[in-house]
Amino acid sequence: MLIWIRTFRLGTKSLMLHPLRSLLTVLGIFIGVASVIWLLAIGEGISRKAQEQIESLGATNIIVRTIKPPSDQITTTSLLLQYGITRADYERLSQTIPTITRAIRIRELRQRFTRGGYEVDGRLVACTPEYKDMLRLELDRGRFIQDVDLEQAKNYCVLSAGVAEKLFPYEDPVHKIIRVEESFYEVVGVCKPKMPSAGIGGSMAAQDFSNDVYIPITTLWWRIGDVVISRRAGSLEGEEVQLSQITFQVDNVKNVIPTAEIIKSLLAKYHRMEDYGVTVPLELLEQARITRMMFMIFMGLIAAISLVVGGIGIMNIMLATVTERTREIGIRRALGAKRRDIIRQFLVETIVLSTVGGLTGILVGFTCPLFTSLLKSGVETFLPGVYGALPDIVKTMRPVIVPASLPLAFGISVAIGVIFGLYPARRAANMDPIEALRHE
Amino acid sequence: MKLAASVQNLVKEYHLGGEVVHALRGVSFDVPEGDYVAIMGASGSGKSTLLNLLGCLDHPTSGSLFLGDENIAHASDDRLAELRAGRIGFVFQSFNLIPQLTVLENIEVPLYYQGRLSRRDRERCRELAAMVGLAERLNHRPTQLSGGQQQRVAIARSLVNDPFFILADEPTGNLDSATTEEILALFDQLNASGKTIVLVTHELDVGKRARRIIRLRDGRIEAVIANATPGKATADAAAVPIASQS
Ligand SMILES: Nc1ncnc2c1ncn2[C@@H]1O[C@H](COP(=O)(O)OP(=O)(O)OP(=O)(O)O)[C@@H](O)[C@H]1O
Ligand SMILES: [Mg+2]
Repeated sequence: MLIWIRTFRLGTKSLMLHPLRSLLTVLGIFIGVASVIWLLAIGEGISRKAQEQIESLGATNIIVRTIKPPSDQITTTSLLLQYGITRADYERLSQTIPTITRAIRIRELRQRFTRGGYEVDGRLVACTPEYKDMLRLELDRGRFIQDVDLEQAKNYCVLSAGVAEKLFPYEDPVHKIIRVEESFYEVVGVCKPKMPSAGIGGSMAAQDFSNDVYIPITTLWWRIGDVVISRRAGSLEGEEVQLSQITFQVDNVKNVIPTAEIIKSLLAKYHRMEDYGVTVPLELLEQARITRMMFMIFMGLIAAISLVVGGIGIMNIMLATVTERTREIGIRRALGAKRRDIIRQFLVETIVLSTVGGLTGILVGFTCPLFTSLLKSGVETFLPGVYGALPDIVKTMRPVIVPASLPLAFGISVAIGVIFGLYPARRAANMDPIEALRHE
Repeated sequence: MKLAASVQNLVKEYHLGGEVVHALRGVSFDVPEGDYVAIMGASGSGKSTLLNLLGCLDHPTSGSLFLGDENIAHASDDRLAELRAGRIGFVFQSFNLIPQLTVLENIEVPLYYQGRLSRRDRERCRELAAMVGLAERLNHRPTQLSGGQQQRVAIARSLVNDPFFILADEPTGNLDSATTEEILALFDQLNASGKTIVLVTHELDVGKRARRIIRLRDGRIEAVIANATPGKATADAAAVPIASQS
């Protein structure tokens, strides 16, 4: 043990003779280690965010959404295009599958909301009372849609925070009247602001809840119906869609995947077109787990490459050092150093280099969250265009330092010192002492 | 009389490609404790080769080589290294100090490889430095010293492990005449205090300081010349040949 301490002192002394050279060599390992920690932290941050988003959809949920079928599947020549999930689908699925505990249907329409001189283009969401729980909406004032409203198809509406602010900048909207196209609705409640959700693949696009207006679904059926006529290029075009989305809640996580299979096969039986999409958050969760692993491996690989490059740098310098110090090696051998003493001496030098690189790399690795948030706010203020183009997940992501990455990075850096130091050290030890003494 | 070293029929050949270089062709002699031997001879006669073998830096091709009671002709590399660290003192023509170490640290190196460096050892290193007149320069680096001073450090270093003998390969080859005299005086002093010295030199003046001169020629001992009155006082006196070998 003592001999290692002495060799360590000797090694640091030799390294300090060439401070710049040692510093540059350390830099290689330093960058490698810091990048291991950074890449893993960013990878972890992104995947946690994705996981959170998927989990917010509910692990026991299965979401079926209407999508407009691809044009080559449309066979009717009539001006009215019928597609999407139907009320019959809803009945069929919610009645026949016993593992389904709840089925929540909604119908969404792009509409213009007006009140006095104010107007907002937004989304009219016709829903049932359960919708509030599903989306975890919170009421700021008034109440949400209730079962009685549904039974009586009341002209009631609940405003999202964004719509309330735009239509009623100075007043309390509750019990006031707003206009949606040709109909009037009485405001019964206002929601608190809700963060937009990011798209997570499948049929789930990113959703912005700030311009929503909620009404009872029965009211929509009575007042607006299923057909929406739009004017395009002078001609009239009609679409008939009964439901935009059904969210099924399954009794147990275990039953989610089989239930999803049944839903898919039942829907396939009754739909000739691909006019619906089934999203299973649980499946996405599994996928996200796999993606995360792939991502980590990939990031780790990149970091490993930079570590190997650092190691090659160390080896390069040590080979030069050994040649440069041939005479010293000869002297030491003549004065009684065994081969293993010489190996130890040079190995300790490389390990000191790589460990210093490893430790400083770890220290800088810790600054990752701070640095990324600085970088983000920097980009946000100086390059707003670039920032806007970034995906939500990058904007909201927060790097998470993976605890295991610290010992991992440290271990790797020491290992690199040993692996890349061994060859130069052996070369030094295998020199003939007489030849080495003659070396100029 | 105890022998510091005993060489019997020592042969060393170097194989260079297909060619064989006969550096030593069978050399025998004894070095009693307290002796002071100068090895002389023309360039290429095998002086350094012989010294390197005595210094455990190489294995002989054949023959035996005793250090004390131990035949080291076939000793392992590690054993040779132990002997170099523990029982042999080297002084080289080009001083061979380690540039990044101080005077004191250079003197300590053989102890370092013996795995011992107690407070007493360290004290001894200081004493040796003082003995060679460098008490004031303990923390200087070799590059800050003159050639003669560097060679004194090397001599102090060669003494630190209390060796069987001091091996010096042309220790004055890089020094001017005044400094040469200083170093030789130091050797005289050491020999007078009982140290065994084996020295290689080209210069007869240097050789005459020894008790005996072994003259090599073409890998063989040509003559062993005893010097009845070694040391400075009689350096100029004529040497008398006492034996001749073929
Ligand atoms: N490593 C080696 N490989 C091959 N031949 C060698 C080697 N070392 C020495 N020799 C040869 O052995 C012979 C003796 O060499 P040595 O170095 O002992 O001579 P020397 O008496 O010390 O000469 P000098 O006075 O020039 O130092 C020479 O012919 C030399 O060329
Ligand atoms: Mg020589």
